[in-house]
Amino acid sequence: MAVLARMLARPSGAIGLGLVTLHLLAAALSPWLVPYDATAIDAGLMFAPPDAAHWLGTDQLGRDILTRTLLGGREAILVTLIATPIAVAWGGLTGIHLGLAGGRLDDVLMRVVDAVLALPWILKMLVIIVTFGAGVNVLIPTLAFFYGVPVIRVARAATQGVVARDFISAARARGHGRASIVRRELLPNVLDALMVEGAMRWSWMLLAFSSLSFLGFGVAPPTPDWGLMIADSRSFMAIAPWAALAPVAALSTLIIGINFAADALAKAVGLDRAQTTPH
Amino acid sequence: MLRLVLNRLLLGLITVALASAVIFGAVEALPGDACVAVLQRDAVGQRLENCRRDLGLDRPALTRYASWAAGALRGDLGVSAGSGKPIATLLGERLRNTLLLAGCTLAVGIPLALLLGVLTGLRRDGALDIVLSTGGILAMTIPEFVSATVLIFVFSIGLGWVPGIVLAAPGAPIADFFPGIVLPVAVLTMVMTAHILRTVRSSVIEVMASDFVRMATLKGVPRARIVWRHALPSALLPAVNVIALTIAWLLGGVVVVEKVFNYPGLGRFMIDSITERDLPVVQALALLVASVYVAVNLAADLLTLALDPRLRTHRARG
Amino acid sequence: MSALIDIADLSIGFTTRAGTQAAVLRHIDLAVRAHETIGIVGESGSGKSTLALAAMGYLKPGLGVLGGAVRFAGQDMFAPTPAVPAIRGGRLALIPQNAGQALTPTIRIGAQIAEALRLHSSLPATAHPARVIELLARVRLAAPAELVVRYPHELSGGQQQRVAIAMALAGEPEALLLDEPTTGLDVTTQAHVLDLLRDLAADTGMAMVYVSHDLGAVARVCARVAVMYAGEIVAEGTARQILRTPAHPYARGLIAAIPTLHEPRLPIPLDGRPPTPGATEPGCAFAPRCALAEYACRATPIPLTPSPGGGTIRCRRGPDALRLPLRQDGQLRTPHEDQAATALLRLDGIAVHYARRSLWQQLTNQHPTAAPVVDNIALSLRPGETIGLVGESGSGKSTILKTIAGLIAPLRGTTTLANTPLAPAVAQRDIHDLRRIQLIFQNPDESLNPRQTIATILAQPLQLYFGLTGDTLRARSADLLAQVRLGPHYLDRLPAQLSGGEKQRVAVARAFAADPDIILCDEVTSALDVSVQAAVLALLDDLRRARNTACLFVSHDLGVVRALADRVVVLYQGRICETGPAAALYATPAHPYTEALLGAVLEPDPDHTPRLLAADVVEQGPPATGCPFQNRCHRRLGDICATTAPPTQDLGTGHLVRCHIPLTPRPETAA
Repeated sequence: MAVLARMLARPSGAIGLGLVTLHLLAAALSPWLVPYDATAIDAGLMFAPPDAAHWLGTDQLGRDILTRTLLGGREAILVTLIATPIAVAWGGLTGIHLGLAGGRLDDVLMRVVDAVLALPWILKMLVIIVTFGAGVNVLIPTLAFFYGVPVIRVARAATQGVVARDFISAARARGHGRASIVRRELLPNVLDALMVEGAMRWSWMLLAFSSLSFLGFGVAPPTPDWGLMIADSRSFMAIAPWAALAPVAALSTLIIGINFAADALAKAVGLDRAQTTPH
Repeated sequence: MLRLVLNRLLLGLITVALASAVIFGAVEALPGDACVAVLQRDAVGQRLENCRRDLGLDRPALTRYASWAAGALRGDLGVSAGSGKPIATLLGERLRNTLLLAGCTLAVGIPLALLLGVLTGLRRDGALDIVLSTGGILAMTIPEFVSATVLIFVFSIGLGWVPGIVLAAPGAPIADFFPGIVLPVAVLTMVMTAHILRTVRSSVIEVMASDFVRMATLKGVPRARIVWRHALPSALLPAVNVIALTIAWLLGGVVVVEKVFNYPGLGRFMIDSITERDLPVVQALALLVASVYVAVNLAADLLTLALDPRLRTHRARG
Repeated sequence: MSALIDIADLSIGFTTRAGTQAAVLRHIDLAVRAHETIGIVGESGSGKSTLALAAMGYLKPGLGVLGGAVRFAGQDMFAPTPAVPAIRGGRLALIPQNAGQALTPTIRIGAQIAEALRLHSSLPATAHPARVIELLARVRLAAPAELVVRYPHELSGGQQQRVAIAMALAGEPEALLLDEPTTGLDVTTQAHVLDLLRDLAADTGMAMVYVSHDLGAVARVCARVAVMYAGEIVAEGTARQILRTPAHPYARGLIAAIPTLHEPRLPIPLDGRPPTPGATEPGCAFAPRCALAEYACRATPIPLTPSPGGGTIRCRRGPDALRLPLRQDGQLRTPHEDQAATALLRLDGIAVHYARRSLWQQLTNQHPTAAPVVDNIALSLRPGETIGLVGESGSGKSTILKTIAGLIAPLRGTTTLANTPLAPAVAQRDIHDLRRIQLIFQNPDESLNPRQTIATILAQPLQLYFGLTGDTLRARSADLLAQVRLGPHYLDRLPAQLSGGEKQRVAVARAFAADPDIILCDEVTSALDVSVQAAVLALLDDLRRARNTACLFVSHDLGVVRALADRVVVLYQGRICETGPAAALYATPAHPYTEALLGAVLEPDPDHTPRLLAADVVEQGPPATGCPFQNRCHRRLGDICATTAPPTQDLGTGHLVRCHIPLTPRPETAA
């Protein structure tokens, strides 16, 4: 599509999309690409520096870091890639509905939205996780729910901005029904803001997921995960810096890639980068 | 004008009350309670009932919420289910620590961000702008635990300038927190400055391209005065909101940084109390952070109202 | 005497993405001496604003000087010396287009004027506060001592403009540059501001360069006129020469496109559209649109030569151009004659209120206490008739249209379509009734969905009302486009790819797609250039007459209304002042406001003097009791005007006036 072409025309867009694609491919194909078993412990090879056998060295349990890094993004990407569209969908629809409805419903629900947003994110996430565990089937709905709430705000604001314009009044005056107006007149104009928001949501969800793993509340060992790997390697940074740097580089490049792509997307559809906040 | 202020105040109070109700309701809805957490395998039969009676958990939810809310308004937040100590004291200590961390960060970060934001806005695409924009993107996208880790690696392990961990107890005197507080402040400042700088920069660019700045130029006003007197008052207004959000974040959301550096603030307290199922503490924390969030936003709204003459008079006549 | 402002062979342009240079101004020669007033006239894209700013040595970002020089009293204005900022705002001052945007919102106006004094005046600082008040009084602002502490947004448009003038005068300038200073102001306010400028020019002897698209304003203030097209000066001379005997086809076409007040003539449109800034033609830029163009016109650049009508023109066909039509040659519209027919649309006692009720008011079912925005509106529209609704800002004319369309529910009153009452809100109306009334909006950028192709836009009414699909749909859409003189290749374009005039034609096509009985036109030509406006009006009139569609035409432009309307309703502050047949109302206005409104209209004629009758007072909103015009009426009777609502007087042939002054048809003529 034209938007994609415009995104690729900018250096930031090209780099961003490139990085993201690379990561998605790695996450998808890594089980067939990795040289070693991610959980294979080799007590004799602890903290081996990078060499021909282990390109990125080994960690404190002798596991190959390259393998673990390539596989480390799988769960994070899987969870967030499913949760993000759900969040944008439910938050977007609610926000559009509120933006159109206005009145009492809008006032009341926005207060509830504000109240939920006022609570610290860690509290919200942990309350669920500590009770139900950190499995994929808990994380996906939890992330989707909590990260959909800020989308309500964005969608509502975008809707309110469009609704005031004359072409909506023209459609109303002609006699089109509410559903028809939303679908044909409103959505195409709001979708852009939602797409950019969706891209940003994905990056923040990844951050949250990694932070949870880092804190010990996310992925359970011995499954490889970047957040977990960084947490583990902290104690040994003096002796084996590569054990930390590999997952750091992996996570950072993915998130930077998404941000660049989102920025290029925003400019390609004519928006200034979303002024929203992560939580 | 007064009506506007009171209106906002009222809305803020409603939001806080709602937030406390939400967290209370959420905690209620989850299986298990403080007694189950404390007694664990012994949480059966008479022992469970006794425990519940002692902690007042056998009363209906609404009653408990009401008495808790009433207590909170008085300043009595109950006792910790884990340690039995009054929550207000526990919160007080950690709040002080978090305030210290936040205060240092803000003191360094805000002037830095404002200055750099204005400079890069005025000299767009200059060398400084490119460096800071790239740096800013990195600072905003790299997770805090990553940057914390890297900084510890470089400055603590590598160069040995500052300790990589804070060893002070929650109630320790403030002096004990230095110099351990340096790295956490550095990490938080990086992130905060990046956000604020970005907003200030784009705001400055927008205002410098506006009609009234052009008019001032055509009036012969020297550039320095144009920037200082004509442009900045309008350009810095959006920064108020971003700064407010940053303050709210600093006071309630820097869990990861606190964990990495072992800093005894509200964030660590939150993790610990949730894992320990210390629900009275969880509720109190939620209430505190929500109130801070609402209060800070309210202050930002009022400050914006005070600074922007266009918002003060209702009737702009055309 | 040497020129004060000396622009020599100035060319300004930008570098395109392809690397070539595109000129926005080409080889401009302009000399303005002390005490001279010169008007620079042009439409969008002519480069006139760029020229005004360039005279101060200022270029918008992206533009550069390609050649030539600008000098003020010998000083090169593009030289990077401190002498230039010293001149700007001092000896040479600018009065900006939109004073509301040009005044700094966070500084009080007194302080902004004082700043100009500090920079450019030799008065000691202690004398500044008094001088600020003096300047505000000089520009005829009431209560200057109170205004000094206000912020710009607290003032009305007219007040803001005067503050900008005062700020310019602070430096005691020798020359003033005025960039469309009365755009956006009401007709009556504009007349006052222009009067002020005229007097200032006469008193101080300042040179003035007045940039505008409005030939009437220029005629009022300037002794000399230069007409610009596509970055060049195409005609120059005295005001009388250019406005009475223009010899350049474009200048002539421009004047012919201005509607006249005296007769119901359609203004003569100019075909085509102006070239995009930077597009370079070797010869005359107007050739593609010119009826007289020959091969030689396009081949080589045309120099300025003496004009057969006086002054100079950039044209080879000058003498032939004098035979091109002017306004008086426009098509005379025959008024709609159907007095006996029953009304198609009736409004009775319509009142509308905008304010949202507060929570408390909603709970106690109270209504807001402020006076309604629009009140006591009675109207009847016959089939095939055109009624013009005129008024200035705040007159409520758009509100009335939206109420008829069902977008706003009235507070009270009834709307009847062909003898059956219409439900107040769109949602409650029958789809067949909705089809019969169609609305066209003012701003074509806003009324077309930017994400829909023209085909989709036209498909909406066709699908909704007639259930057309597929090939039939597309064929009918192409047919509609043809009727508004756009080719079928426009169907797959997006609105952003069309010009303002083309978008408005699409909006017209969309309205007629429904085959309505009534079209509601809300300032449909106000956002367009004069030459484009004429084309859209001609189109509208053709379509309307062919289908015998009734039309309710809202505008603040009395000339445009005269061209189209059979009957006219005059509104002030949301209340009807006068209504009647157009000819009678324009010839002998009965209501003082109509009289003032018609008197203030500017004609592109240097000998025309507007009459400033209405007091220059800013209205806060409709008064609670009495006549809406009580605060400004020049024929005010007394307290009765404030306390009692004026009665409706019938002057015969459907001419009704709401006034306390006892009236019989008066023999005076307007303006």
